Amino acid sequence: MRARGGIDADFLELPRQRLADAALTAATEAGASHADLRIHRTVTEVIQLRDATLQTSVVSRELGLAVRVIVDGTWGFASHAELAPEVAADTARRAVQVARTLRALNGDNVRLASEPVYRDAEWVSSYQTDPFDVPTADKIAVLGDYSERLLSADGVDHVSAGFHGVKEQTFYADVYGSSITQQRVRVLPSLEAVAVDAAAGSFDSMRTLAPPTARGWEAVVDDDIWNWSGELAEIPSLLTEKMKAPTVTPGPTDLVIDPSNLWLTIHESIGHATEYDRAIGYEAAYAGTSFATPDLLGKLRYGSQVMNVTADRTVDFGLATVGYDDEGVAAQCWDLVDEGIFVGYQLDRVFAPRLGETRSNGCSYADSPHHVPIQRMANVSLQPGNENLSTADLIARVHDGIYIIGDKSWSIDMQRYNFQFTGQRFFAIRNGELVGQLRDVAYQGTTTDFWGSLEAVGGESTWRLGGAFNCGKAQPGQVAAVSHGCPSALFRGVRVLNTMTEAGH
Amino acid sequence: MIAPQKVIDDALAAATVDETIVIVRDRAEASLRWANSSMTTNGVSMGRSTSVLSIVWDGGTGHVGSVQTGEVDPAVIRDVVAASEAAARAAPGARDSASLITGSGAPDDWDDAVPTTGAEVFGDLAASLSRGFKGPDALYGFARHELATTFVASSTGVRRRFTQPTGSVEINAKRDGASAWAGVGTPDFVDVPVDQLLSELSTRLGWSKRTVSLPAGRYPTLMPPSTVADMMIYLVWMMDGRAAQEGRTALSATGGGTRVGERLTQSPVTLYSDPLAEPLQCRPFVATSSSSETVSVFDNGMDISRVDWIRDGVINALAYPRAAAAEFGEPLAVAADNLLMTGGDASLDEIIARTERALLLTTLWYIRTVDPTMLLLTGLTRDGVYLIEDGKVSAAVNNFRFNESPLHLLQRATEVGATEITLPREWGDWATRAAMPALMIPDFYMSSVSQAQ
Repeated sequence: MRARGGIDADFLELPRQRLADAALTAATEAGASHADLRIHRTVTEVIQLRDATLQTSVVSRELGLAVRVIVDGTWGFASHAELAPEVAADTARRAVQVARTLRALNGDNVRLASEPVYRDAEWVSSYQTDPFDVPTADKIAVLGDYSERLLSADGVDHVSAGFHGVKEQTFYADVYGSSITQQRVRVLPSLEAVAVDAAAGSFDSMRTLAPPTARGWEAVVDDDIWNWSGELAEIPSLLTEKMKAPTVTPGPTDLVIDPSNLWLTIHESIGHATEYDRAIGYEAAYAGTSFATPDLLGKLRYGSQVMNVTADRTVDFGLATVGYDDEGVAAQCWDLVDEGIFVGYQLDRVFAPRLGETRSNGCSYADSPHHVPIQRMANVSLQPGNENLSTADLIARVHDGIYIIGDKSWSIDMQRYNFQFTGQRFFAIRNGELVGQLRDVAYQGTTTDFWGSLEAVGGESTWRLGGAFNCGKAQPGQVAAVSHGCPSALFRGVRVLNTMTEAGH
Repeated sequence: MIAPQKVIDDALAAATVDETIVIVRDRAEASLRWANSSMTTNGVSMGRSTSVLSIVWDGGTGHVGSVQTGEVDPAVIRDVVAASEAAARAAPGARDSASLITGSGAPDDWDDAVPTTGAEVFGDLAASLSRGFKGPDALYGFARHELATTFVASSTGVRRRFTQPTGSVEINAKRDGASAWAGVGTPDFVDVPVDQLLSELSTRLGWSKRTVSLPAGRYPTLMPPSTVADMMIYLVWMMDGRAAQEGRTALSATGGGTRVGERLTQSPVTLYSDPLAEPLQCRPFVATSSSSETVSVFDNGMDISRVDWIRDGVINALAYPRAAAAEFGEPLAVAADNLLMTGGDASLDEIIARTERALLLTTLWYIRTVDPTMLLLTGLTRDGVYLIEDGKVSAAVNNFRFNESPLHLLQRATEVGATEITLPREWGDWATRAAMPALMIPDFYMSSVSQAQ
């Protein structure tokens, strides 16, 4: 279902082509061999309720223009908040000046992979209700209603509710003739219940599993997209049970991991590890590098035979889904891991030729007009199996293990080897059945060992898109939203920690 | 662009509701990034954010609208004011309602031009880096300079402005599989000691000629100031008073109330934020477009004072904006954008010289909460774990994943070093202004080995 509207009139009314002509002409006249202009507007709304009372509600708008140039094989970048042709031209000249000033520091001659020209292209993401067409008071009322449902239940002492909505619009034009206008929307709804046992000095919390998604307000307002009524009704009793649950016994454990948890493990241990810029050291001083280096492409056993991973800029409702990236490259879908073997990277127009590829796979993105585009993550997803196994089928294969649902804490090292994750809900599995919750659970592993222990993946019916708004990378820091789809999956002998024991208790 | 003072005048003139606060932040930034001993990205940017906060009073309850924009077209100011006022009229009452701060007009520098920066500040740095790029080690890193000028004005007479310079240089050097890091904060890019940083990196890479593999476990560990900063910054972020009062943080007391007054350590450790602390000065007044647990929009323009979060080893304060302070009968405490800790006077070299055997860390990375009840954090050691034996660094050791709590670290520290200005690695994007001592922890918990280099 693709119910597409058009791009907002007030963005189309900006003098896009005049700004592009001014910037690209000025850059070329100043000596640039390549130039592109991006006009970038984001509107963000953040609403937070605390115990059903409004804590904050802010709408933020960002708008500006960015010019990127190549002069004598060296990048230059400049941006400005003012959208006037003379400012665009001046910004282009400043970008050329930056390139010239810093030319002596550049040891790599920058070349771009070619891409077809897209003239007057437009693209809009799949959403039904633009969240910015809904009055803020209505959104606060829905969050208030959801909060009250939790607060009124036994065992819930406090409730935090949040909504984060974004509309992002870009216009891209380059010296080759492409001119592309796009609009996309995303929402992140979240409710968390807190239980406090003051006498014992303990507390715990449980959050909804509703994922951030590139849908509109329709994902929040009722139960059509996400079963809010069902989830809000079950959280209080689940939280009460968790407060009383036995603590986990640490050691190697068979895990069935739900998509609501596994998406984040995929993000950290596959998504970032297959970014080509990391693999060749561009993030070495900050986000880190990757163990999956170019010499291992086509050779490294990343995981077991049932592991198939794609990178995808086209999936409906994916947070990293676009029509074209910020270098004017059309959206694509490709393999990263094929039957357990590492076969692909995420690339932009500079990195494609360095890897020996003729075309970028479209992973360039900047989060603001004031930031330079960098290589960012596609929707990196684990594919379901052909046997159409259900989550219950996977659980039935486990004699003594844990079923993990929902993401919480995450951390991974700078080469993407050693990770540690927690979750929202942990159910003990005994003889193929769930027998109640556990607490104090974390799982730790090394990426290739962990994916090597993947015994089975669920079928299409278990496949879900999870994701995040806040993936950080680069300096100056940039955030990007990205989704990860996956089925439920069965892993054997993963190291489970008891977090109380880890703390020395 | 029209002047920020004019934006403020126009917005206040367009306002029609009970009270209005306008915050304008002009930001000029230059950045330079390099990898594999070659520049990768760079840029200069000029941006502005304008926030209009509209308040409609209903008895003692304020209804707040908050709209922020990066648009600079003068024509949008009226639209932003109208949108903010519409939001205020439709908003439920704010729990943090408090009468607005009042002021008596503009300070002397109000009308001064806003300072800017550009790629030219990197001139000296580029010359040193060029020489470094020709050397034997692969260099990676980042330099940035930012001048952010914040104006706060209100219909109740507040007029305050502050220019915050923020700058840093971070260099990561790699040689034969070993990796080292050095970083320094600089407000003005004058006399940045790049050659000294490169020399220090070379020394550290030299320590890696001998490598020792150690398993997971508890080790005597010397935490240098950067690693202490990253753990303590996170601690202060978790020190909000309301949540502690509600029994839902590690600073809540068993049986109710908070842990303020509890002695953590016999060491005379004082952890504080202070906008006037030289040379880590930061904005001395509140400027926020959004309320949270720890700041309130109603406090815009209010002085930020020094807060001793921990004083002489005792938990001393939690964060309360004005309304929360009144609600709980606690002292007002708003964090300034810096963090300092004092408590000892030995230099890192002196501590190393009298250490028989311990790990010496360089930086920490990917720090996240594992269990908020104890503020148990996980993370990685990064870019240099070294072995101290008999008063000298004798080898490099593999990296580890740790699980530790900053509260437990303070409780267990056996030595507190001299306070040094340092650059936090993990939180450096948000928190560059830190001065910390080294800490000796007798039993730092390394949960597992990380193969990462």
